[in-house]
Amino acid sequence: RFCGVGRVVSGYSTSAGIENPINPSIKVHCTQLLINGNFVDSASGKTFPTYDPRTGDVIAHVAEGDAEDIDRAVCAARKAFDEGPWPKMTAYERSKVLFRFADLLDKHIEELATLETWDNGKPYEQSAKIELPMISRIIRYYAGWADKIHGLTIPADGPHLVQTIHEPIGVAGQIIPWNFPLLMFAWKVGPALACGCTIVLKSAEQTPLSALYAAKLLHEAGLPPGVLNVVSGFGPTAGAALASHMDVDKLAFTGSSETGKIVLELASKSNLKPVTLELGGKSPFIVCKDADVDKAVELAHFALFFNQGQCCSAGSRTYVHEDVHDEFIEKAKARALKRSVGDPFKAGVEQGPQVNNGQPLLHVVVIMSYILIAMKISVRCYNLRFSPVLFQTDTNAYLNQIDSEQFEKILRYIRSGIESGATLITGGDRLGSKGFYIQPTVFTNVKEDMLIAQEEIFGPVQSILKFRDMDEVIRRANSTRYGLAAGVFTNDLDTANTLSRALKVGTVWINCYDVFDAAIPFGGYKMSGQGREKGVHCLSNYLQVKAIVAPLKNPAWI
Amino acid sequence: TDSLFFQLISLFFILTKSVILHVKTINSGKNSGRNGIGKRFSTAAALEDLIVPPVQIAYTQNLIDGKFVDAASGKTFPTYDPRTGDVIANVAEGDAEDIDRAVAAARKAFDEGPWPKMTPYERSRIMLRFADLVEKHSEELAALETWNNGKPHEQAAKSELPMFIRLFHYYAGWADKIHGLTVPADGPHHVQTLHEPIGVAGQIIPWNFPLLMFAWKVGPALACGNTIVLKTAEQTPLTALYVAKLFHEAGLPPGVLNVVSGYGPTAGAALASHMDVDKVAFTGSTDTGKIVLELAAKSNLKPVTLELGGKSPFIICEDADVDKAVELAHFALFFNQGQCCCAGSRTFVHEHVYDEFLEKAKARALRRVVGDPFRKGVEQGPQIDTEQFEKVLRYIRAGIESNATLECGGDRLGTKGYFVQPTVFSNVKDDMLIAKDEIFGPVQSILKFKDIDEVIRRANNTRYGLAAGVFTKSVETANTLTRALRAGTVWVNCFDVFDAAIPFGGYKMSGIGREKGIYSLHNYLQVKAVVTPLKNPAWL
Repeated sequence: RFCGVGRVVSGYSTSAGIENPINPSIKVHCTQLLINGNFVDSASGKTFPTYDPRTGDVIAHVAEGDAEDIDRAVCAARKAFDEGPWPKMTAYERSKVLFRFADLLDKHIEELATLETWDNGKPYEQSAKIELPMISRIIRYYAGWADKIHGLTIPADGPHLVQTIHEPIGVAGQIIPWNFPLLMFAWKVGPALACGCTIVLKSAEQTPLSALYAAKLLHEAGLPPGVLNVVSGFGPTAGAALASHMDVDKLAFTGSSETGKIVLELASKSNLKPVTLELGGKSPFIVCKDADVDKAVELAHFALFFNQGQCCSAGSRTYVHEDVHDEFIEKAKARALKRSVGDPFKAGVEQGPQVNNGQPLLHVVVIMSYILIAMKISVRCYNLRFSPVLFQTDTNAYLNQIDSEQFEKILRYIRSGIESGATLITGGDRLGSKGFYIQPTVFTNVKEDMLIAQEEIFGPVQSILKFRDMDEVIRRANSTRYGLAAGVFTNDLDTANTLSRALKVGTVWINCYDVFDAAIPFGGYKMSGQGREKGVHCLSNYLQVKAIVAPLKNPAWI
Repeated sequence: TDSLFFQLISLFFILTKSVILHVKTINSGKNSGRNGIGKRFSTAAALEDLIVPPVQIAYTQNLIDGKFVDAASGKTFPTYDPRTGDVIANVAEGDAEDIDRAVAAARKAFDEGPWPKMTPYERSRIMLRFADLVEKHSEELAALETWNNGKPHEQAAKSELPMFIRLFHYYAGWADKIHGLTVPADGPHHVQTLHEPIGVAGQIIPWNFPLLMFAWKVGPALACGNTIVLKTAEQTPLTALYVAKLFHEAGLPPGVLNVVSGYGPTAGAALASHMDVDKVAFTGSTDTGKIVLELAAKSNLKPVTLELGGKSPFIICEDADVDKAVELAHFALFFNQGQCCCAGSRTFVHEHVYDEFLEKAKARALRRVVGDPFRKGVEQGPQIDTEQFEKVLRYIRAGIESNATLECGGDRLGTKGYFVQPTVFSNVKDDMLIAKDEIFGPVQSILKFKDIDEVIRRANNTRYGLAAGVFTKSVETANTLTRALRAGTVWVNCFDVFDAAIPFGGYKMSGIGREKGIYSLHNYLQVKAVVTPLKNPAWL
């Protein structure tokens, strides 16, 4: 269908049931906004649908927050900060609330993991066995920080007592993405609460469900009303209102670089709130000539295809040394062909559908569908030179997708890869006729100036590039506006040290990838973001430093 | 003593004593003919008979890639003596093209070295040699600073130049102490963080402390291994060029520090929106700070540090030593002609001591010695330029119109240059313009308060949050206020103590980030996590 390339490979391992999805075993309870400790409808009374990406069916209608709801939420958070009790509780009390929350997360792991997979499409095994345990781990990590926020006493040149206290910054606005809804919730909410801030969190419109559920559990754990407010809604309305709110003291955003620029602009135009940004990436994965090729293939595959390729840190430029290139691509292709794509609720499935994105396009797409139907009819009537079959396919695709911004975007990038002369060695098309599944796709002979080597695809599309020597690969790996992460595969200590210093990225994984410990800082160089999340480094995002200076009378020492 | 604090304090005493020697009365109210309040200002005799600065101007071109060069356009702009408004020199006027060239030089010096590839020890040695050279040339530098800025020469020579040198000693000491961390992980992984230089830093400095702001910006950036394009304020381009020249004499490689003189909308905007600049640090007004951040957001998302305006409260509690409080509150506001972002520009006085305070504050202002800043014993020179001068006078008019009581001052001083009478308003209310906006001039606003909760609320009721002064003998009051005030620095029973190690920066719309101290380093560092699996680890 795309440029006549057709299906290079037809032997995908798909689990049988793409067309007959497994019924999730839970009910959706929390769909309202959570403001000041209560679930409430949006001020406008509006709702928006959230979809199952396996089918495009509506899971639930969720209260749609906009500027008015953000106002109410900020007001509640402001009150909980300025009047307490949150920042006036002892740090130990705050940590106990977070510990109890982690316990509740563990208790409700199945419902949360189910909700996450249902709304996002990621493999249930990944949700339940990796992400949920990581989330309670992260919350416990931050709970432990709450009573360890130390200031400094500072040596001065004269008889002065100087100290710094690290104060909570105030009301934090947090905007999280749809690719890891709960993990991003934990990354954002954990440090802010540990530092004594109150929060207005806007979830992604594609995946509003699990954050509401988790926030409810946090209140069960003893969080006072107003400390964490969750508003579901869209970026241009709710998100923009939060970023430009004059009573919000801090903003943390995870999402695309384009939106990140808007968020920073809104902050600069309003009250100059400090902004932390975790944005896009085009991370190099460098396989050196001394690498264990089998391991490198597996890691490079994982680095790109994990979470349907929907990771900001995805290793989306696989650089392979020319000496091992041919062996590598053969094995990478074989590995991609072995990838099992299917209903994410089915055991053993590695890849689910792409996220169901772009609800604002709904009407546009419906209208387009009608136009296509009309055209199909006219084509049939007048027997023009267009193939009716082609239109049949397209129309069905559009009708089935309902709205599929991400899905379409990925397919566009695949087309552009083919058009720019990269070699498609496997994949290249959608999988099945329903939902948003895409074949694991591998391109070789990719050059730096191709779109697929420059832009963030955010899908299961691996681009393999060949390199000759170290200086060249450093230059090429760094020639991007992004700088989020990098993978290095080598057993040579000198090579590892040279590359880990030279690569302009926030994380270098050597002989591993996507290791996300709570204590490891994560964030970007260049246009991949500002600031670091996780680890000790993230705390300063939510603290103000206040210097206190007083004269000393008759000091015993200075 | 070597201590800066003592230097500052002794400076006070010198100035206070000199009052007696230099008291001279003149008539005020020449311009507006307003009520004759406060006519007896102490001015150094010779506002009309100015001292010739003991220094030649050698450097007026842009310093790019280690060389002094004309602006690409060939244009120049005049820089003035604020005592007279006369032109001192014509300076090369950099714009986007010059910024481009400077960034290219800085990029090369960063990407290809030698700066970030030198050992931290070598970098620190160059900074130490530079500090020595500045010390050697401190007389010329202090003279140049006063000539171009109008600040008292004694302040420049005895307080600011030593502080400048101190700051470079401080940052030179940091260069070889930039530690990363090793990080505990849950699994068999070896995790370390590297704190890397961020790259090419764009730095935009203001005119109120041209040399000190140079040190605050350049010191940490160079210590961390970055290269720099620095844009000076168009009012005060001279001293930065001079010290940058000394830096190269100290062994700084070409391209590491590039200095471009020029204006905000041209050179400054080009720097803030440059795609090859990795970081911007700006000190100036809040309004300009917003534009800088917006330009960074619209271009390449470079991280931005901002040190912006303030409307800092100075709170005198009922148990305060009133005489000391008067002196400190006077200093907090009038220091540097009131041209400090952290000026204590809202003097909150407890009602029990209000009347006494007011009388003494007025007397102190009347004693302030205003005159040729080159003259010994002068406490206050001219404002920086005609724009600021007019702005200050507008705010004074606004104060009178909004019914604050003008206790003294209220007008210009003399007929030449930009001298303003030390001005004190009482009965100031929170909703008056003079209590809300940053005046940036010698205008003290005194407000009355009744209790602690009230003063906390009122002190915090501003979009700014840069600094605060607290005057009390009570530990409890001090502790309550220091926690409650939303400001980046709280000076308790002191004000404007600026140690190299004390972080400085704002809450709210006074800025983003901290300068000085250990906190300033991370403005110029990127954190990189490096993760490798462990085989058979002996421990985890």
